[in-house]
Amino acid sequence: MKSSGCKWTAVWVAAGICCLMVLMAAAPGPARAAEKAPYKIGAIFSVTGDNSPLGEPEKDTALLLEERINKKGGINGHPVRIIIEDDAGQETKTVLAAKKLVEQDNVVAVVGPTLSGTSLAIVGYMEQKHVPLISCAASVKITSPAEMRKWIFKTPQSDRHAMERIATFLKRRHVSRVAFINVSNAFGMSGLEQAKMVLPTMGIEIVISETFGPDDADMTPQLTKIKATNAQALICWGTNPGPARVMVNARQLKLRMLLIQSHGVANKKFIELAGDAANGVIFPAGRLIVLDQIPKSDPQYGVLGEYTRLYEKKYGKAPNTFGGHAWDAITVLADALSKVGTDRVKIRSYIENRKRFVGTGGVFNFSPQDHNGLSKDAFAMVKIEKGKWVRIE
Amino acid sequence: MTLWSQTLQFVISGLSIGAVYALIALGFSIIYNATGIVNFAQGEFVMLGALAAISLLGAAHLPLPLAFLCSVVVVTVVAALVERIALRRLRTAGVLVLIIATVGVSMVLRGGAMLVWGKDHVAMRPFSAPETLNLGGVTILTQSLWVIAITLVVMVGLQLFYTHAQVGKAMRATAINREGAALMGISPDAMVFWSFALSGALGATAGILIAPIHMAAYNMGTMLGLKGFCAAIVGGLGSSVGGIAGGLALGVLEALGVGFAPAGCSGYRDAFAFGVLLLVLFIRPTGILGVRANRGT
Amino acid sequence: MVAVGVVAALVAALPFVLRNQYYVGIAVFVGINAIVAIGLNLLMGYAGQVSLGHAAFIALGAYTSAILTTRTGLSPWLAMPVAVALASLIAAVIGVPTLRLHGHYLAMATLGFGMIVSIVINEWVSLTGGTSGLVDIPRLSLAGLALDSDTKYYYLVWACVAASLLLSFNIVNSRVGRALRAVHTSEVAAATCGVNIARTKLQVFVLSAALAGLAGSLYAHQLQFVGPGHTFGFGFSIELVVMVVFGGLATIWGAIVGAGVVTVLGEYLRRVGDRDVAVFGIVLILLLVFMPRGLVHGLASLTRRLRREP
Repeated sequence: MKSSGCKWTAVWVAAGICCLMVLMAAAPGPARAAEKAPYKIGAIFSVTGDNSPLGEPEKDTALLLEERINKKGGINGHPVRIIIEDDAGQETKTVLAAKKLVEQDNVVAVVGPTLSGTSLAIVGYMEQKHVPLISCAASVKITSPAEMRKWIFKTPQSDRHAMERIATFLKRRHVSRVAFINVSNAFGMSGLEQAKMVLPTMGIEIVISETFGPDDADMTPQLTKIKATNAQALICWGTNPGPARVMVNARQLKLRMLLIQSHGVANKKFIELAGDAANGVIFPAGRLIVLDQIPKSDPQYGVLGEYTRLYEKKYGKAPNTFGGHAWDAITVLADALSKVGTDRVKIRSYIENRKRFVGTGGVFNFSPQDHNGLSKDAFAMVKIEKGKWVRIE
Repeated sequence: MTLWSQTLQFVISGLSIGAVYALIALGFSIIYNATGIVNFAQGEFVMLGALAAISLLGAAHLPLPLAFLCSVVVVTVVAALVERIALRRLRTAGVLVLIIATVGVSMVLRGGAMLVWGKDHVAMRPFSAPETLNLGGVTILTQSLWVIAITLVVMVGLQLFYTHAQVGKAMRATAINREGAALMGISPDAMVFWSFALSGALGATAGILIAPIHMAAYNMGTMLGLKGFCAAIVGGLGSSVGGIAGGLALGVLEALGVGFAPAGCSGYRDAFAFGVLLLVLFIRPTGILGVRANRGT
Repeated sequence: MVAVGVVAALVAALPFVLRNQYYVGIAVFVGINAIVAIGLNLLMGYAGQVSLGHAAFIALGAYTSAILTTRTGLSPWLAMPVAVALASLIAAVIGVPTLRLHGHYLAMATLGFGMIVSIVINEWVSLTGGTSGLVDIPRLSLAGLALDSDTKYYYLVWACVAASLLLSFNIVNSRVGRALRAVHTSEVAAATCGVNIARTKLQVFVLSAALAGLAGSLYAHQLQFVGPGHTFGFGFSIELVVMVVFGGLATIWGAIVGAGVVTVLGEYLRRVGDRDVAVFGIVLILLLVFMPRGLVHGLASLTRRLRREP
């Protein structure tokens, strides 16, 4: 069955693989004739894989910022190099990417990853290695408990804030009974958790709670049950394509309730998928998507305008909120680098105490207990009318 | 909404997705009968049908019936090519290798679709307006009616094919007894070819029918294929009637399960199909209607 | 025997040759995948059955270790045997009814089982942490020495690989192994010789699940995090099958080669981007057509053919 020829072949193949691994790193490039040593920033985004609609804009934004900063002469004369790794949304790859960036490329800090799951996979490692991580993912578990996340920050708004914003909105419209439906993934389940914590404190009762799978196509069974209750509003929590489907089904069933979505649908894709059923939907969103309706006096006006202008100029299309998270992460890191240099400990405590940092997602006020730094005021309430976003609050 | 009308609502939405499962199950059974292998790329035929139709409707602005037809033809050709190029050379290898080969084919088709159509979901308008009908408190999607109607037409067409067309009669003979049919001069290679072509056509039909309800994307084939496969096993792999019955039963059970499950358990929807699969495999593996004697090499 | 010694020396020396921990990290994952591949190779190559849901057994092992060590504070070394036992038990439950039958019912059952495990991991939040998963899983430590660096973990993992290899060799050359080979050649003949086909296949299936459970446990302690991710899903089950096919069914070394090639290739293809799914599929089919007995045999026969040319 097995000749010795096969055994030796196997040995050679094994040796070959070892050599492949040793050689796999790109040979180090020629030393640049730069005056000062470059600042190396690591970035892990889900550029490929199912979440590329989130990761690609983040990567594009990173490239945009790198170009821009270097055009202006770098940070205190040091050119900036952003080393972007793609984890394709897989935890194992995220871990390997993080190790490569920290151990091989010796980056100052890491921006990303894109997703909550992949972020959680490297949180322990970054803490252990004392390397700052600024995640572009939303889960609260990334930055809490604070004592075990000293080196971890995140830039996206928390779903808690979105929920608080929705609660304030509903309260003003005298809504006291809601139905809740969410996707059974990290984003959706976290939303449900927040809903259960936040809504009752504002006197809003969740009369029914339903879920659906991320690939489910038909939510009429759940909506049928919801229709049979006396809820005044339906809150749907998820990211595309499910919530669009829910709106279509809701319209088909002629659901007569206020239709509220999460900030996960703050993109054109939602309107495209839901078609007519998107009209009338209300959701909280960062001010980026309603830039044309933000008054000049708003503190975010400048940054939002700058980001949109630069992005449209380079890529020919409008930026989205996910790219915005990367913008915030990199600019806050660049701010830290310009003030304290490359000492990781100093960068960490600088960011931790940074107040009134204006980003695309909101105005950040970091603190040792709050490594996210945002509040419900980071959100505006937006309504979709005739396929366009209209700010209503 | 009364309990009765709720149940009816669930059953109707279950029947329409069940019809799609039935079409996919048929595809599995046809290939199984001719080759003895399970074609794990079946779901990708469904996906290609849906995406091709959407492209033809959108980019080429073809009217719906023409887009439908063209899409089915395209996928039929793809299926035939798959058989010719990838699987023909492996005919002598074991069943195991063939099964793995079909997995490889599904990866190629899926990867190819991703490169052509990207990763976004695309929507397709339902075949006709109005979108819904209201009958006594129960809302029925008109698309569901289209799905059921066209599936019935396809079934009738298949029956006619099996009883009147030369190729159809040959396929039926092969399904009953492969060696006997070969002795009568029916080429097994030709049968394999035609079985793939036919499965491709059925898969594409299923995809186009479900696209207005389901939203199409490059990865929609995996889960649909697996569920169609469950339906085929439940009904009895190799049995046409079994596939249809299995598909409809699965669809309805799924909808009822989601409908009446306690709140927060709806995420287990997909687990239903696989739970039923395991149950059937443990209790009556030949399926409810029994598998044909033809079991492969 | 010399071959074994050479390979062992290579493996032992590798961490010192590799440039930094990043590459050692890859080697650790290769080792973990190799353990699963060795078991799956026995199942596919010798028992002639395929499992399309083996990632589920990895998940069982990983989550059992994770839950026991984070929720009940049980020592990781005690949690590991429990994880392996659970994977084995469930494999037995699935295998008993399906392996009695002729044909590929096991493939179908493992497919269904794998999907159910994926869904349960996602949905049963109170047990598995749902989509957020379980964090802060403790590291393993050996006699007070914490295995906190990749190099230290590497040796543990590859020691397990060696043990699995030894186990495989013993089985293949034992009565069970001969029975397996008999079954593979002709089930009818084997049955007439008194071989209990179903039981033999069941033993191999359970063993392959046990090894996957062990690998899962090691994975959980390496990553210190488990969540419903790629490694526990249908896609990875297929990747495992590809590893075994690459290496060659029924060559025990082949499993390690397959694991190595696929893992390293996967990491390398990461940089190529989205084309990897299609490329993977094409490579798989090409391999099946031109090197059906796997990379090892294929290269061996290729070199033999080349050597014959003057």
